[in-house]
Amino acid sequence: MGITLPILILCLPLFMFLLLGIGGVKMSRKVAGILGILGMGTTMTLAYIVAFTYFFSGNPEFIIDGVRQQYQVFDVTWLAFTPKLVVNLGFLLDPISAMMLVVITTISFMVHLYSWGYMEHEGGFQRYYAFLSLFSFSMLGLVVATNIFQMYIFWELVGVSSFLLIGFFYRLPSAVSASKKAFIVTRFADLGFLLGILTLSYFTDTFNFVSMTSNPMNVLAETGGATFMGCSVLTWAMVLIFTGGMGKSAMLPLHIWLPDAMEGPTPVSALIHAATMVVAGVYLVARMFPVYCVVEASMTFICCVGAITAFYAAVVACTQVDIKRVLAFSTISQIAFMMVSLGVARDYMIPGEHYSGLGYMAGMFHLFTHAMFKALLFLGAGALIHAVHSNDYTKMGGLRKYMPITHWTFLIGCLAIAGIYPFSGFFSKDEMLAAMFARHWFWGAWMTMVAGLTAFYMFRLYYLIFWWEENPEYEHHKPHDAPWQMSLPLIILAAVSCVSGFIPFGELVTWNGAPYHIHIEAPVAATSLTVAVLAILLATVMYRKKNPLPEKFRNALPGLWTAAYHRFYWDEIYLFITHNIIFNGICKAIAWFDRHVIDATMDGFAKVTQKVSYSIRGMQSGNVQAYVLWYFFGALALAIITLICII
Amino acid sequence: MDLNLLWYLVPSVVMFACGVYGFVTRKNMIAILISLELMLNSADLNFAIFNRFLFPGSMEGMVFTLFAIAIAAAETAIAIAIIINIYRAVGSTNVLESNKMKH
Amino acid sequence: MFGNILIWFVIIPILMMAGLGLCRNNGMGAIRAVMVVGSTALLALAIWLCVDFLGLRAAGIDDEMLYRGSWMWYAPLNIHLAVGVDGISVLMLLLSAIIVFAGTFASWKINPLPKNFFLWFALLSTGVFGFFISIDMFTMFMFYEVALIPMYLLIGVWGTGRKEYSAMKLTLMLMGGSAFLMLGLLGIYWHSAPEGGELTWNILEIAHNNAVDPTWQNLLFCFTFVGFGVLGAMFPFHTWSPDGHACAPTAVSMLHAGVLMKLGGYGCFRIAIYLLPQAANELAWIFIILTGISVVYGAFSACVQTDLKYINAYSSVSHCGMVLFALLMLNTTAMTGAILQMLSHGLMTALFFALIGMIYGRTHTRDIRQMGGLMQIMPYLGVCYMIAGFASLGLPGLSGFVAEMTIFFGAWEDVDFFHRAFVVAATCSIVITAVYILRVVGKLLLGPVYDQHHLQLTDATWFERFSTVTLIICIAGIGCFPNWINETIQHSFLPIVKALQTAI
Repeated sequence: MGITLPILILCLPLFMFLLLGIGGVKMSRKVAGILGILGMGTTMTLAYIVAFTYFFSGNPEFIIDGVRQQYQVFDVTWLAFTPKLVVNLGFLLDPISAMMLVVITTISFMVHLYSWGYMEHEGGFQRYYAFLSLFSFSMLGLVVATNIFQMYIFWELVGVSSFLLIGFFYRLPSAVSASKKAFIVTRFADLGFLLGILTLSYFTDTFNFVSMTSNPMNVLAETGGATFMGCSVLTWAMVLIFTGGMGKSAMLPLHIWLPDAMEGPTPVSALIHAATMVVAGVYLVARMFPVYCVVEASMTFICCVGAITAFYAAVVACTQVDIKRVLAFSTISQIAFMMVSLGVARDYMIPGEHYSGLGYMAGMFHLFTHAMFKALLFLGAGALIHAVHSNDYTKMGGLRKYMPITHWTFLIGCLAIAGIYPFSGFFSKDEMLAAMFARHWFWGAWMTMVAGLTAFYMFRLYYLIFWWEENPEYEHHKPHDAPWQMSLPLIILAAVSCVSGFIPFGELVTWNGAPYHIHIEAPVAATSLTVAVLAILLATVMYRKKNPLPEKFRNALPGLWTAAYHRFYWDEIYLFITHNIIFNGICKAIAWFDRHVIDATMDGFAKVTQKVSYSIRGMQSGNVQAYVLWYFFGALALAIITLICII
Repeated sequence: MDLNLLWYLVPSVVMFACGVYGFVTRKNMIAILISLELMLNSADLNFAIFNRFLFPGSMEGMVFTLFAIAIAAAETAIAIAIIINIYRAVGSTNVLESNKMKH
Repeated sequence: MFGNILIWFVIIPILMMAGLGLCRNNGMGAIRAVMVVGSTALLALAIWLCVDFLGLRAAGIDDEMLYRGSWMWYAPLNIHLAVGVDGISVLMLLLSAIIVFAGTFASWKINPLPKNFFLWFALLSTGVFGFFISIDMFTMFMFYEVALIPMYLLIGVWGTGRKEYSAMKLTLMLMGGSAFLMLGLLGIYWHSAPEGGELTWNILEIAHNNAVDPTWQNLLFCFTFVGFGVLGAMFPFHTWSPDGHACAPTAVSMLHAGVLMKLGGYGCFRIAIYLLPQAANELAWIFIILTGISVVYGAFSACVQTDLKYINAYSSVSHCGMVLFALLMLNTTAMTGAILQMLSHGLMTALFFALIGMIYGRTHTRDIRQMGGLMQIMPYLGVCYMIAGFASLGLPGLSGFVAEMTIFFGAWEDVDFFHRAFVVAATCSIVITAVYILRVVGKLLLGPVYDQHHLQLTDATWFERFSTVTLIICIAGIGCFPNWINETIQHSFLPIVKALQTAI
């Protein structure tokens, strides 16, 4: 493959960013919007061409004997730390990066189109499109990274784009603090990522993914059995790298930024905080998968973090009133699902399992389907907010009559995420659960429970928005469906969510490139379907029409409900640590110490000098007679000393 | 009575001490000048005495004394000129009052 | 003598001073013309030198220093005006030229006494350029002092706030450092000829003979390192920096943080480490502790400041601490990172101080509690401030990232627990940096407008834009294409690292 298309895929969004960022002030909104959409559309077309060439051309660069290869389109030196440790910038094509190219450009294009309607009346339209382009560029750079350091570079860049977009409405203090929080929390996680890279690269002497993952046992051998605090160094490195992923993918306990990130414009939430950037952590684990498999402990760690997060987020999602927050927690929960799925996968055969890499394939599959239906749900939520001018479901209710397109597409999204046949979520979730059950019944059972909760809270949301009881305010301000720019992406994504489950994903994306034939595991599918249907029925009973049942449930478990409503007080804990301990405790103490101890010491030297000078300056009176007297006594003293010495 | 060195030195020292005392304590510039002359003259006396007793054959001490007397005369003339000028400017020959440059 | 290109770096500022001398006291047009012509000439000369230097290196000329020249100055003490540059000095000269250039535009409307201001400004540049071209310790020291003294007047006369106090504090502390430094340099001089030959001030000769007696090295290392470290804002000798920067006029802050503080770092490796390698190996740990404290301490202190200049001054303490910290790791990668950090910090802080000056010139306050939502009022300055902030917190694509990463990867090469622990602590500073930068950005630029009077304020003028754009281009340039600089620096460190390795 020539390097023109890949370079264009990266450079076009960057160019659009610079063009709209620098020249945007001089452009009209229309020109900026069309330029942004055209740019992204072109990028999407190019990405499709590249991805399809990769998957279907049968070119020996990409596939040998049915096994898909990792292919570095180009890899140029960017910075050489040492002769061996060199940072390259390149373009790696393999199953997951090709898949991500499709996901990112598709969602990004949908969001570009949608924003044209959604952001129509907002200020800073040009800036908005510039930031979207910057994000697309960074995210594309992240997924095609040939080495872990390139990934880190773009990892930081997506962090900044996310900061800029969350804080897009920068006049609102809440948006400013949300963007700050998102950046600092992920930055803290990135510190772990950086330390992980430092540790890992110290042993491997390379950043390159291909050379690390093609021979992971070598990586282990290179560490030479070094340990630190009881764990092998490689475990530390991999867990630290995963910390970066935990930050970006909002895993417990670094999840706190994601719900707040909903302060950004809704299309941004759909693009960044649902479909693409937040799955970077999953992508990172998938990228380093063979190395993770070498250290069993890190895989267990990933499973545990994922399982706890999935459950936690699902419980919290059941109690939130802000529809975007519900979706945010749902995103956290679903990403955690993918994490567990990756965590149970192995790159070697496990006795009794027909295919131990299934979890990997299923996780990637779910990443793909989730991106589509979660973007759909968010864009749907955007349409609702656009119509009702509130994020709060208590201001909604009974909207199905007023907004049919939004209603149907939202329902499709809900069915997909709940895992109902034949929507896409069913297939990917079924594969994931099958992989988990195969590893250990506990993971399977636990995650089935989470899947049930997912179905419950999504349909709770659905009923509360579209059924329940009509908001009387509709009399004055009748809600209606969004303009075509916004409806079209909804319809497209809904269609994708309906059919994408039938993509033979196992043929395309597996950890080693060898195809895997998907077949639905009947017992697992039956269980998960049953659980989902039961959960939906429960939600129907409770929320279809206004009734006192939810109130009763709430009163039955007041402690749990309040705790879940307050997200189990994580924000308060963080606020206490950052504000009271770090800011007021450490920072203020250090600043005080600097002014009153160190600076005071330096001033003290000056003061002492000054005091001493003042005290002896009386001698310099200008009175010659006094000088003579002093001189006389001095001479006398000298004479006496001399005499004593002589004698 | 044998006039040894001590007989000459004691008056010289007394004279010098008087000079020092006067120089330090008197506030009148003329008086200070007189005290200064006393000290100078005691030093001259010492030159002459030491020359006479220690190196009777040579005359350097004597010559130096003459020199010093001549210079002292010149110096006194200048000093008195300055004092007169100060008196004209300040209206007093008190050293404590001629402190305009200090401020 | 005048055939040597390096000498012109000193002659041009002197000519500028002569030109300024001919101007009338308030003839702004003529003064600006002289300054613009002079600083442009310096910038052009620096760029030309850089290109020519890289050309010579590419042609395979492998001497440690190029463009060497040496003229006897005071024979009894064997003092020469000896010049020569390696890759690092070339980059430092380029940095200084850029900042002098940008500083000229940043002080376009300086008031009062513009002529005198620029006279001192030019004298300061003379010292800075002279320092970087010298390879004779004595002339180096002389230029160092020439660069320090004008600072007193520049802050004392044209500053704001408690300017006399700050100017005095800055000058006295730096002079105190110089005293240590002079002792150290004299010590090196007296030990420069162990076999009883002629004593020399020439850095290269001393280094090549590995002349200094090992028993003396430890003491002399402490003297020279502390002497230069004071200027590099090493804990606990950093307190001149917050006050000094806070009171200095814009261009002086730019030049001071941008270039003058680099003199400290440059001297540390060129004299302390290069000439006293045994001591460097032996005593590095003491200074690693001090500079490690600087890095974290500066960052934490910056988190609670309310004065924009104080925030940047403490941030400079943190970043310059990182420079010295990296130098003390004593390996090529980390030391290369240190130089990159110097360049990056120089450009970025200059940009910061320029912007703060511009904001202060409009709002007449530097207290972030008195401002807010400036992005709506002056979007251009706001965007520039954000770019500077991102460079400071190490965003990829801007210079800070390259420098910090090189430092961390270099520092990680030392395996023992002590080094690792300090590197981890230093890496933590990138999070704290993010905290204080975003705090400022959030309070100052974003959010609602705090003071309704600010709504009348205007955005940047053409010369302000010119000044900031120059710096931003350089910051982004280093951030996007770091490798040529990286290679140049690495090559220049070869002899120093070799000296260190043979000294173990």
